[in-house]
Amino acid sequence: MTLLPEKVDKKLGLVIDLDTCVGCHACVVACKGWNTENYGSALSDKDAYGGDPVGTFLNRVHSYEVEPPLGASQTVHFPKSCLHCEDAPCVTVCPTGASYKREEDGIVLVNEDACIGCGLCAWACPYGARELDGVSGVMKKCTLCVDRIYNENLAEEDRVPACVRTCPAGARHFGDLGDEESDVSKLVRERGGMDLMPEMGTKPVNKYLPLRSRDEGLGVPALEEVASEPTGFMRWLDKVLEKV
Amino acid sequence: MHPAPSVIFFTSFSGLGFGMLMWLGSGLPLLWGLEAFVYFFVAYALSVGGLLSSVFHLGNPKNGLKAFSQWRTSWLSREGICAVLSLLVMGLYGIGLIFLEENWFLLGYVGSVLSFGTVFTTSMIYMQLKTVPRWNMLWTPVLFMVLSWGGGALLVGDENLSLFLLLLGGCVQVVAWLRGDKRFSEVGVSLESATGLGSRGRVRMFESPHTGTNYLLKEMVYKVGRKHARKLRVMGLLLLSVFPVLLLWFLGEYDWVVWFSVILHVLGLLTVRWLFFAEAEHVVGVYYGKR
Repeated sequence: MTLLPEKVDKKLGLVIDLDTCVGCHACVVACKGWNTENYGSALSDKDAYGGDPVGTFLNRVHSYEVEPPLGASQTVHFPKSCLHCEDAPCVTVCPTGASYKREEDGIVLVNEDACIGCGLCAWACPYGARELDGVSGVMKKCTLCVDRIYNENLAEEDRVPACVRTCPAGARHFGDLGDEESDVSKLVRERGGMDLMPEMGTKPVNKYLPLRSRDEGLGVPALEEVASEPTGFMRWLDKVLEKV
Repeated sequence: MHPAPSVIFFTSFSGLGFGMLMWLGSGLPLLWGLEAFVYFFVAYALSVGGLLSSVFHLGNPKNGLKAFSQWRTSWLSREGICAVLSLLVMGLYGIGLIFLEENWFLLGYVGSVLSFGTVFTTSMIYMQLKTVPRWNMLWTPVLFMVLSWGGGALLVGDENLSLFLLLLGGCVQVVAWLRGDKRFSEVGVSLESATGLGSRGRVRMFESPHTGTNYLLKEMVYKVGRKHARKLRVMGLLLLSVFPVLLLWFLGEYDWVVWFSVILHVLGLLTVRWLFFAEAEHVVGVYYGKR
């Protein structure tokens, strides 16, 4: 059913702290590990040990450099997976009803038994959150580990997405972003959580916490400007060489 | 976007085929018997061939029948329904003309509208995508429809109509290129807005999340075409519109002119359709520091 639910009971999602993420890619590995052997078909790799490896991942960590107008630049590690958007464009474009957004918790899922692998949902997603698997030919995406979070066979502390459970830095938080009083909602309020590409109008549920401002003087002092005109011996040499 | 041959052939040939069916359904020209059979055969070969080609784009076509179910939200689903309905209705209309000497003109009009609807819904699949700013504008459906009408008119051999529509098609194509060139910056997506880090300063890619390629880069960050885009645009426009229009205008009295124009037009159509995909930039490219 590709009509988006008018109202969801919960908005389960992730809050990712860009200030805390150390870029270790443990979430990427944990995600691939859990999801390749649970929900739906495996996350395949092709030519994994060869010269041109390519594989399906539901979570990837980019690294960026932010260059402020003044002061030292900063490296930011940037994990990116499905944002389980409230206005999910990937759902409404699906011709078969394979893509859907759950009314009970807002999770966006793909029913692989109905997917034709047309790829239109991946085109519709601005975040690159969906990847067509090269072996099974069906669309893969983050399930928010729907098979962990409600799984009573797991210990209670394990009933969170694999990426959250594994993060050694505590940069990933899971909870109900529809509940004003939940820990994640408070975190978003306190730290000024933000949406990615708001101009796309997708209303993402997942939020990103921006960098905290650094204390003065902790950064590397800016280098002095490199002299544009040589002085002393070098100036003399420069003149001589120009005349030769 | 990756210019997959399957989608290029699909949009080009089904556009021509349904354009032909649209004119045949409205009785322009009204044909009977064997002659009608030949025209209907060509129209069906193009439209069905185009649709079959699109199946090669699917990763998992065995669930194909389900694609007719989500017409309430999905343009792709609507397109599938329109295509099947117009082929059924026009098939009945064609049987009347070919075998029974009956002109069920009402059926023809319905088929004509449905054929028009098929091309429109095809164009909306692309137009609806906010993520591909170049496609996300009114000129996309206008272009698809005018080219389908023009190519269809040429194929049914209506010289005056095709001359006018191919000229119009060429103009719309130029406008679509010029408007399309501005769309990405109009939408205002940047690495700063994509990461939310813009308030801190300039953001640049430091390290890719993966050393190899992936589905996203192969499918949506295609850059090869842009190198020769200008030359291909000129060639495409000459073949699509300028040469056929000149031929029809000055040498319209010769029979071979229409057929020769068809060949030139189809080559031009494939060129501009290739550019339609190859030049289109998906916003996900900014996450990879690529546009």
